[in-house]
Parts: sequence; structure tokens; C-alpha cells
Amino acid sequence: MSEILLQIDGKEVKATEGMTVLEAAQKEGIPIPTLCHHQKLEPYGACRVCTVEVEAGGRTRLVASCLYPVEPNLVVKTRSQKIDKIRRVLIEEMMAHAPDSWQLQELAKEYGADRDRFEKEPSFCIHCGLCVRYCAEIKKKNALGFVDRGARREISFIPRIAAQECWNCKECFELCPTSALQAAYVLVQALSPARSSSE
Amino acid sequence: MDIDKIDRIIDKYHGEASSLIQILLDIQSENHWLPGEALARVSEVLDVPLTRIQHIATFYKAFSLVPKGRHEIHICMGTACHVRGASRVLDSVQDLTGIKPGETDLDMKFSLETVNCLGCCALGPVMEVDGKPHGKMAPARAIDVLKNYE
Ligand code: SF4
Ligand code: FES
Ligand code: FES
Repeated sequence: MSEILLQIDGKEVKATEGMTVLEAAQKEGIPIPTLCHHQKLEPYGACRVCTVEVEAGGRTRLVASCLYPVEPNLVVKTRSQKIDKIRRVLIEEMMAHAPDSWQLQELAKEYGADRDRFEKEPSFCIHCGLCVRYCAEIKKKNALGFVDRGARREISFIPRIAAQECWNCKECFELCPTSALQAAYVLVQALSPARSSSE
Repeated sequence: MDIDKIDRIIDKYHGEASSLIQILLDIQSENHWLPGEALARVSEVLDVPLTRIQHIATFYKAFSLVPKGRHEIHICMGTACHVRGASRVLDSVQDLTGIKPGETDLDMKFSLETVNCLGCCALGPVMEVDGKPHGKMAPARAIDVLKNYE
């Protein structure tokens, strides 16, 4: 694998081909916030809090660092007024859904986000897909997935699979950036007799 | 819906997972909705997780996971049809069938939906039954049209 030289926040960074900008930064100890990223899972690019500015060939662009592959001579900025503002608004939007998530609260502190900026719509899910992807990619059980679309999208367990697998696993619970509550609630709903008999 | 019928549809697409949406569409059009057993069968034969199938089946409006009537009525509420009196057509159809948009009657005869522009505004108000457009509708004419359906 060939070595790639790039610059992150003014620092020369060595990376290998195929790495993402996020990985290259993490290797150097340069912090970039993430919510939907998980080392063991395929990149997903749902939350966008990892947005950074990259400059290549004289053009500056905003990209999701967890998806963007390193390129030779890339110039990356992980903080700027513009980036901070984007992250702040994203956090504010997600806090409308999960106001008490400690991960969001930490980020809110860092970026000066106002947890009450948008009207509350507590769905307790920010559609990060960590639970869904973990079950599919690592456990290979596909016990839960997303249903519906847009703002109404939500997680849903397949009762038949959940009844066999989930009770002894529940490993997805602790991945959830909004607290494990949403998954726990939906799982119990899927396993309750009323729901499974109508399935 | 019996398993043989589902298998026949799957065979038509050589059991290829890449034809998943086409297979679901065929089941939808033959059966008017997608029962749980049908989804489970498709999942099993194509070896696609049920979670994926559910995601797709709930994503597209073309699919229904609740039973639908034998005939599907779509009444256009788009701007052109609206100004020409679509809401009066809708009212009379609701009175005749006893159902509101999104519902299916107890005899499983009709399902009713409203849509926003069917793309043939010059014919407005438009009512579509099982995909066949009926143009220049008025309350009484819409009822006459529906009387032809069993
Ligand atoms: S329930 Fe939690 S882990 Fe699962 S998608 Fe929603 S926010 Fe992510
Ligand atoms: S961590 Fe990159 S989009 Fe969520
Ligand atoms: S508005 Fe009804 S067909 Fe266009």
C-alpha cells in the first residue's frame, strides 16, 4: 500500500491509501467528532457531525471525514467558523429528537448548541444506524432494521428473530448515542404478544 | 396468498436478489398488498434479510402492508383538479363507498386514496380506478363509473 502525505490542521500527516480522512486524523490524535461512526462497521455517513473542510486542486469543499478517502496533498481543516456552525445546527436538530443524550450534550457544550432551539420531537433516535448495522454486519442476525421514510423513519425488530436472538445479546443497546432506551422500548414492543400475533 | 403463487413470481425473476423490488411489485399488483408470509417467503428464497425487505416495503408508497380492496380508487386533488371540483367528487365517492382516503371497505371491494396530480390535468377532475383514468368527473359521473366494478 502506498503512503500518502496530507495536511490536517497545518500538520503533515502520513496515511495509507484507502484510509479515510477521519482515520488519518485519529491516528495523529487530531479530534473530529463522530456519532454514526464505529471502527468495526462500514462507513455510513449519516450524522454529518464529522464534516471537515478539504482543499484539493484549489477548491475547498465540505465533506464527511468518515467517508472521504485520503488523497496526496489534501489540505484538511477540522475546525473553522463554518464547520463549527454546521456542527452546531446538526447537534441542535438532533437534540430535538434526543435532548438528554449525553453524547449530544457533550457536543452541545463544545459547539455552543442550544438544546431547545428546535421544537422537541422526542423520537429518541437520530437515525445513526449503529444498532441496525451492528446487528447486520457484526452479529449477522438482521434482527432489526429501519422502516418507513424521511422524518418518520424508525427502527423495528423482526419479532421472530428478536425472540430467539435479542434477549441474550442486546449488544446494540450500548452503541446508541441517544441512550439505550429507544432500542429497549422497540424490542419489548416487538416481543409483546399483541404485536407478534398480528405480524 | 399461497406459496406457489409467490414462488412462481420469484421464479420469473430466476430468484435473483437484485430483482427484489420487481418481485415485490408483482406480488403487490397480483394480491393488492404484501402479507407477512409473502415477505417471509421472498426473504427465504432470495436470501435477503427480512429487515431489508421491510425497509423497502415501507419506503415506497407503491407497497401496502395492510390489506387492500379488489379495486383501488385514486382521486386527484392536484391544483388543476381541485379548482374544477375534485373535493366534491371525493365527497360523493366517500359517501358511496363509506370509506375515507387511506381506508378499505369491509367487503374488500374498494380502497380509496387521494393523489396530487396524475399528470393529465386537462382531463380534470380525474379519478383513477385500478390504474385506468376517468376524466371530466363530476359527483354523479364518478358514482356511475364505480357502479361498473364488482
Ligand atoms: S436507535 Fe439509537 S443506535 Fe439505533 S439508529 Fe436510532 S439513534 Fe442509532
Ligand atoms: S461520523 Fe461521519 S457522518 Fe456520522
Ligand atoms: S391536477 Fe389532477 S391530473 Fe393534474
